[in-house]
Amino acid sequence: MNNKRVVILDDGCSNVRSVFNAFRAFDSDVKITNAFNDIRDASHIVLPGVGAYAECKTGLCKFNLVELLQKEVIEKGKPFLGICVGMQALATLGKEFGEHQGLDWIAGIVDKIDTSKSKLRLPHVGWNELSIMKSNPLFEGIEPGTTFYFVHSFQFRPKDDSVVSSFCDYGVQVTASVQRDNIFGVQFHPEKSQSAGIRLLKNFTGIN
Amino acid sequence: MARSTWGRPAGRPYMDCHKINLKMLKNRLIPVLLLRNGIIVQSRGFKRYQPLGNPVAMVRRLNVWTTDELIYLDISPGSVYDTGRDDHRDGNRSSLLGIIRDISDACFMPLTFGGRIRSIDDMRQYLSAGADKVTINTQAIANPEFISEGAKVFGAQCIVVSIDVKINDNGDYEVYTERGRVPTNLDPVKWAKEVEERGAGEIFLNSIDRDGTGKGYDLNLIKKVTDSVSIPMIVCGGVGEWAHFADGLKMGGVSAVAAANIFNYTEQSVYNAKKYLYENGFNIRKHALIDDTLRDKSSKNN
Repeated sequence: MNNKRVVILDDGCSNVRSVFNAFRAFDSDVKITNAFNDIRDASHIVLPGVGAYAECKTGLCKFNLVELLQKEVIEKGKPFLGICVGMQALATLGKEFGEHQGLDWIAGIVDKIDTSKSKLRLPHVGWNELSIMKSNPLFEGIEPGTTFYFVHSFQFRPKDDSVVSSFCDYGVQVTASVQRDNIFGVQFHPEKSQSAGIRLLKNFTGIN
Repeated sequence: MARSTWGRPAGRPYMDCHKINLKMLKNRLIPVLLLRNGIIVQSRGFKRYQPLGNPVAMVRRLNVWTTDELIYLDISPGSVYDTGRDDHRDGNRSSLLGIIRDISDACFMPLTFGGRIRSIDDMRQYLSAGADKVTINTQAIANPEFISEGAKVFGAQCIVVSIDVKINDNGDYEVYTERGRVPTNLDPVKWAKEVEERGAGEIFLNSIDRDGTGKGYDLNLIKKVTDSVSIPMIVCGGVGEWAHFADGLKMGGVSAVAAANIFNYTEQSVYNAKKYLYENGFNIRKHALIDDTLRDKSSKNN
């Protein structure tokens, strides 16, 4: 029926199994792998991330994936979805436990959510509502007011605001999702956000 | 709409809580499941346990009620896991990791797993079997550095430190370890501060005295600890009616209200608890009964 093949990259410290289960919920052809062949054959690439920033990027380097991803995503234009730290990895620089270079696919930095004024607790954990900034194929069919599950202390602050496709409010505006061309990132966890999250992943696999 | 059994005047919203229509982080309502040698149990005073049922079937039910999050604690005294019946549709599972994998397959909500985590490797195993966060207790007290190590590898958001508190013979709050058996001489407020300093992402505060009593949270304890830290607080122990959740949230600063027994013994418990809180004006995700996408998934699995 379709030849969509989704690969989920395994950085070695993420809960990749949940992401896999969520794609399986709508019967997509999905595989957890770091094998070059699989990534080359894939139509869609997903980078989950639960670990600390440095560990996530180190994971990509450890498996020599950076160059290959560059080719498949930037040159060939395959749809790419980064989840949580996987989205933060798109940035130029991450500031969790020291400074670490990111993939630099979307210029910006990742630093701690500023709670100095709001006095809110960190991490930002729980279900929060999105304000969707621009129409985005990921959010098709997702009603305003839908909540998604977040769990993080650091946030992506892109240099160019126009890449921010949604944000949520946690004392300050927190970047909830970004998009530049075929590169998508979500700070929340669609794989843990029940039906809305599964809908979003399904939307992602529908992108060509 | 008299709701006298809930111990609150009917139809009066709480005036001091957040307006629900604001776009903001919701408070969470968290069922806690206790696993003892492969079976879900009810606990009282951390001492008496009554068997309730299969560990996966429970999760599957909670999953279709749009539950906010789930805490799953392994409180087995040994390492024998037997889900009890080979003829059950979920099959028999003799290992903890097998049980976690089954749970995670049925679980499209955040899952925190705890119990006998002693090393970074234990954490890694549970996380890769499908847990999103881990909760640690005894090992954190034996070696507080363990908290920082976990946070460094998996991120602070992943490390939930569980603090079990009991009022000791002198009438003071004291932290207990080894599933409430061993006193530590630690003051919960001091320990909570240290836990935060060492990089924990959340605190899961449990009152041993209130466990299984249905008398409501120990609000005094909750206030003391909550006011002393700035990481999210999950509180547990003593909920016997929906209004007790409301009492916990009204304290302010509490991020999530948790309970075990009440969710096991009440029909459509998550739905009804959320409905109660939502209708009383609390900042909570709206109740929904069945999530179609997830129901499809659950049936496909079998």
